[in-house]
Amino acid sequence: MSVSRRSLLAASVGATMMPALSRLSHAQAANTIRIGVLNDQSGTYRDISGPYGVECTKQAVQEFGNKGFNVEVIFADHQNKPDVGVNIARQWYDQGVDLILDVPTSSVGLAVNNVAKEKNKAYINTGSATSDLTGAQCSPNTVHWMYDTYMLAKSTGGAMVKAGGDSWFFITADYAFGHALERDTGTFVKAAGGKVNGAVRYPFPATSDFSSFLLQAKSSRAKVIGLANAGADTVNSIKQAAEFGIMKGGTKLAALLMFLPDVHALGLQTAQGLVLTESFYWDLNDRTRAVTERLKPRLKDIKPNMASIANYSAALHYLKAVADMGVAASKASGIDVVSRMKAIPCDDDAFGAGRIREDGRKLCPSYLFEVKSPAESKAPWDYYKLLQTTPAEEAFRPLNEGGCNLVKA
Amino acid sequence: MDDIFGIPAPLLFGQLLLGLINGAFYAMLSLGLAVIFGLLNIVNMAHGAQFMMGAFCAWMLLAWAGIGYWWALILSPIIIGFTGIVLEKLFISKLYKLDHLYGLLLTFGLALIIEGVFRNEFGSSGLPYRIPPELSGAWDLGFMFMPIYRGWVVVAALILCLATWLIIEKTRLGAYLRAATENAALVQAFGVNVPRMVTLTYGFGVALAAIGGVLAAPIYSVNPQMGSNLIIVVFAVVVIGGMGSILGSILTGFALGIVEGLTKVFWPEASATVIFVIMAIVLLARPAGLFGRA
Repeated sequence: MSVSRRSLLAASVGATMMPALSRLSHAQAANTIRIGVLNDQSGTYRDISGPYGVECTKQAVQEFGNKGFNVEVIFADHQNKPDVGVNIARQWYDQGVDLILDVPTSSVGLAVNNVAKEKNKAYINTGSATSDLTGAQCSPNTVHWMYDTYMLAKSTGGAMVKAGGDSWFFITADYAFGHALERDTGTFVKAAGGKVNGAVRYPFPATSDFSSFLLQAKSSRAKVIGLANAGADTVNSIKQAAEFGIMKGGTKLAALLMFLPDVHALGLQTAQGLVLTESFYWDLNDRTRAVTERLKPRLKDIKPNMASIANYSAALHYLKAVADMGVAASKASGIDVVSRMKAIPCDDDAFGAGRIREDGRKLCPSYLFEVKSPAESKAPWDYYKLLQTTPAEEAFRPLNEGGCNLVKA
Repeated sequence: MDDIFGIPAPLLFGQLLLGLINGAFYAMLSLGLAVIFGLLNIVNMAHGAQFMMGAFCAWMLLAWAGIGYWWALILSPIIIGFTGIVLEKLFISKLYKLDHLYGLLLTFGLALIIEGVFRNEFGSSGLPYRIPPELSGAWDLGFMFMPIYRGWVVVAALILCLATWLIIEKTRLGAYLRAATENAALVQAFGVNVPRMVTLTYGFGVALAAIGGVLAAPIYSVNPQMGSNLIIVVFAVVVIGGMGSILGSILTGFALGIVEGLTKVFWPEASATVIFVIMAIVLLARPAGLFGRA
């Protein structure tokens, strides 16, 4: 049995699932691994993972099959608020949740990082982008899955600088993620001999009109306007940049973080030609197409993107580690499970072969894509063409540059 | 051109203009709220959701029925206004005798339900809605690119605000409405059907929100949160202008749009807060609002 009726029931009531948990008998509880998917179910970042991330996790549990223990998947909405996220995380860990998964929004992701460490539980972050999770704030309890701000900056930022974009202006969401993305991209721009003309930091998530910031960016005469934001903010920024003719006269727009659902929301007419980085695309190769096909009954006509499917990949690898060391030992120490995850190699249909580094970084290749024009797109969700691949070992920040205290000098 | 307070003048003019455009949305929405509060004494927290429904209605008309922007501008307010009338008949009309708080809680709950339903149906990342071809393109004003569509929004908002003000202040119907808020029983005694008038007024207020939604659809992505992002600011505008004051809400809407626009240049991080700071100051100095009667 992979997903019990009770676990489905528990999942369906989300944050109020505590009574359902406690109804398990003592013996059942001891032999059940609980995975809590904590993400945005109702706000800006919902479509990037949200309910789809939960479905991908369940798919992993289903494919993992029965290895002598039960697996339960529950989920909750952190509303992109660190205080809400921390409260749920504490409650979950105290009531026997063994792994917290997903956690987009870097401010929430970093806050839950501390809770996992304090309680010695396992934490796999697939949703937050901040590279600090494996840098200054790295933890032996934490694995950071398929992307971070450094990888985005290197791939998208690096490509833009190479194409002649040597002066930048940033429009930055004013919280941990935006700051990290601005910092990491700025570092690449400067290292390549370019300069940063300035930045505006706008209130997140209370901003929906970006025209003012776009005009400020334009008047700075920078060649590239870097959008250090995500989700609906990026969609609105790009839409309004087109409206105000920002790209006329050669100014380029760099969407430093953009997911497939964002392109879907913009429509190809507006999004065509944008260059962006993801570590997964459903139509990349036979393996990605196969896993997308298997997910179809769960996701219906939505295609997975790197954030939602990272939950599949991460849950699968976590369960392998649990099966390897036994349920009791996995429940006893989050550090031990995470160490075991680092010891065994990763391989799945979504991200291919890879490994987890000692600082908690999961290594996978990053892909630079260009959004197709409406004429090039042959089918629904046929959006990307591959420009360039950065191999797994080069895609992320070198181990010794992150300032992580788990790395021996 | 010269600098003003260290900011290049062209940039500053651009920001003033953008502030005026955002102010147009504030004015339109706070106008609807002021009409509803002034005549029904209901704090309509569902206004943001109704604004969002207006935008979605335009999207549905286009995607499902092939009906374009101009017809949507007429049909969407009628359809959404009608849903408002149903809401008023079913729920809100039961609350007139109770404290304001009950109306506020009811409409807030309704807003959450409506937004939840739309989120389940359409997701959160938004749906594309294109600017109508007649209004696409931009004028080069020298100091900035002015999209024609945004200019249209300001003009449309001004016409709407003026028309509403004229109806309520200068017509016989408006006189009935104002009389009914002073003494409903007496107006009813003169043979005016007050409950029906109140129902239609709510429908009208909701229709104003829906027009705002249609106007906003091509600018912002059409998504379920688009109203909740705006509604809190709009409430602040209504409070600053003076609850129930029609003219007050129009003028404060435009003025605060400009203040917010300038804050985005001088201190962008504070641009979401500045309106609330002003609200706090106004409440301390003039609790009834700038244009309200104490």
